[in-house]
Amino acid sequence: MTDTQQTKIQVRNLSKVFGDDPKKALKLRDEGLNRAQILEKTGQTLGLSNINFDVREGELLVIMGLSGSGKSTLIRCLNRLIEPTEGDIIIGGENIPQLNDKALLHCRRRHFSMVFQNFALFPHRTVQMNAEYGLEIRGIAKGERAEKAKNSLKQVGLEGWEHAYPSQLSGGMQQRVGLARALANDSSVLLMDEAFSALDPLIRRDMQQELIELQHRMKKTTIFITHDLDEALNIGDRIILLRDGEIVQIGTPEEVLTRPADDYVARFTEGVDRSRVVTARRVMRPVRATARHDDGPRTVLRKMSENSLDSIYVVDRERKLLGIVEADSVDEAAKAGKDSIQEIVSTDFPHIGPDESLATLYPMFQGKSFPVAVIDDEQRLLGVVVKGAVLEQLAQTGEH
Amino acid sequence: MDFDIPRIPLGDWIESGLDFLTTEFSGVTRAISRGTQTGINLLNDGLMWVPEWALIALVTLLCWRVGGRRLAIGALLGLALIWNLGLWNPMIQTLTLVVIATLIAIVIALPLGILAAISDRFYRVIMPILDFMQTMPAFVYLIPAIPFFGIGSVSGIFATVIFSMPPAIRFTTLGIRQVPKDLIEAADAYGSTRSQKLIKVQLPLSLPTLMGGINQTIMLALSMVVIAAMIGANGLGSEVWRAIQRLRPGEGFEAGIAVVIMAMLLDRLTQSLSGGKKKQ
Repeated sequence: MTDTQQTKIQVRNLSKVFGDDPKKALKLRDEGLNRAQILEKTGQTLGLSNINFDVREGELLVIMGLSGSGKSTLIRCLNRLIEPTEGDIIIGGENIPQLNDKALLHCRRRHFSMVFQNFALFPHRTVQMNAEYGLEIRGIAKGERAEKAKNSLKQVGLEGWEHAYPSQLSGGMQQRVGLARALANDSSVLLMDEAFSALDPLIRRDMQQELIELQHRMKKTTIFITHDLDEALNIGDRIILLRDGEIVQIGTPEEVLTRPADDYVARFTEGVDRSRVVTARRVMRPVRATARHDDGPRTVLRKMSENSLDSIYVVDRERKLLGIVEADSVDEAAKAGKDSIQEIVSTDFPHIGPDESLATLYPMFQGKSFPVAVIDDEQRLLGVVVKGAVLEQLAQTGEH
Repeated sequence: MDFDIPRIPLGDWIESGLDFLTTEFSGVTRAISRGTQTGINLLNDGLMWVPEWALIALVTLLCWRVGGRRLAIGALLGLALIWNLGLWNPMIQTLTLVVIATLIAIVIALPLGILAAISDRFYRVIMPILDFMQTMPAFVYLIPAIPFFGIGSVSGIFATVIFSMPPAIRFTTLGIRQVPKDLIEAADAYGSTRSQKLIKVQLPLSLPTLMGGINQTIMLALSMVVIAAMIGANGLGSEVWRAIQRLRPGEGFEAGIAVVIMAMLLDRLTQSLSGGKKKQ
């Protein structure tokens, strides 16, 4: 994710106190007391304290923390299912905590769709009617909302189930209905509260994958709450780590994993399978030398000996990767008096995209002596990965 | 005891209060009385107009459709027995009173129940009142009914409504409050107004409980309508009352069995109606 993206939601100094004298609790917090001390002194719980972050347009932002960390409170403060005690939440020029009832209603209808942990489908409504709910209460005409709901049901793969009732569906399918209900509404932000936590692990993986694909296709700004770090690392563009109602770290999955902000985050990440998260870009090394496709065999041989290489990548003028040549065949070509290496360029070499994980990368080394080339979408050579670097990364599991 | 604490004239206060109400609101009570009496007459005449066999066939068919074969056979035999015993007309009169009292009770109870579900303050006010209404011996309601509406069926209905309304209110409140919190959250999150939430989510989901309350109300209404014979309400109750006064246990039991048959039919019928709604 780049920094040039537009900000969708700004959250500033957001705090939430559960209790009857929140001002007192916040004053104690400002005096430096922690959550436990405030609870002991006032009997009030500091649910969220001084939360600041931005949500970028089109990103999938994961808010992750253990139970009691305040993540559910945080997502509910955004659409004011829970009233924040202080702070600003700015979306589309409006400051949500300051909206009156009517404006809040409009804001919820326009900006937020929510998917719930236990699905929260209306049991007395069919799948179709559930998907239509958001549109129905906005007063959208029957034909239009039926069509939109049908489309979104199609997107989540529930075509043909329109007339079933939620109780007739499996858990995974029920959550698809929940997702369809949110998508049909065409709001600008999707809030997902532990949306996959109630599903069994296999279905959960599938749903995560589908969410990623859906999200990339639709570019829908999504805020996803989870207590599961694997899930957060798997689907998040960025991750916010919460502890005791405070933000501990904000960063990409890789940053969280490789540069944990403190011991708390580090302990979290200990059990994680790094091979799934660390990308080829992170372990690749720059290419020491490349051959040009119009170089003669002798030039290429010299480049190889200067850099002590057994083989060398061949690129064109735009640094697009054409293939690889080995020292033996270049030597033969030179002896045969050829003035170009074009005939001996081999296109049979391992390569990989920069955002692929080590889990994909590792098997490529089986029985091959070549390094793996890392190339971008336009075939440009970004770097190489050697077996040693991969092994080194994998060996770091549990350390930081 | 040496202390001579004067007796609190609670009864006197209540009486003067009731006197005040009867004299000040006689216009209102008379209008209510007239309206209710018209309703009773219309429904009663309508039910009487239908030939006995036709009504039995109709009820049997209805029972068969909603409750199954066993209920239908029960209805057929039970109603035929009532006809045979010569208790058809009193049975129709009792049914009329039950139907009208239940309708009035529901019309009053539904909004009160919804209000109590939404407002905690109203809930705290109305719950003790409901306790009072339900635990006060049923006979007591008969006494003020007479100065309000005179002797007869309208007084019977007044007492019946007061006695049978509490469960309808309670069950409505309970039903709405029982709707799972996450469904309420979902309705809120998508921007439902309060009335949209009520109509599209809370009421439909509380329907089974609500039907349970209506079932209770009908049962209580039936029991009260029989007691209301003491102040001149017509029907099976007055048959029982007459049997008591003449010491005729046989006739008393005949009328009593007719009440039991009615109660069972009404109970099973409303229960299968609410059960059917749930399955949908």
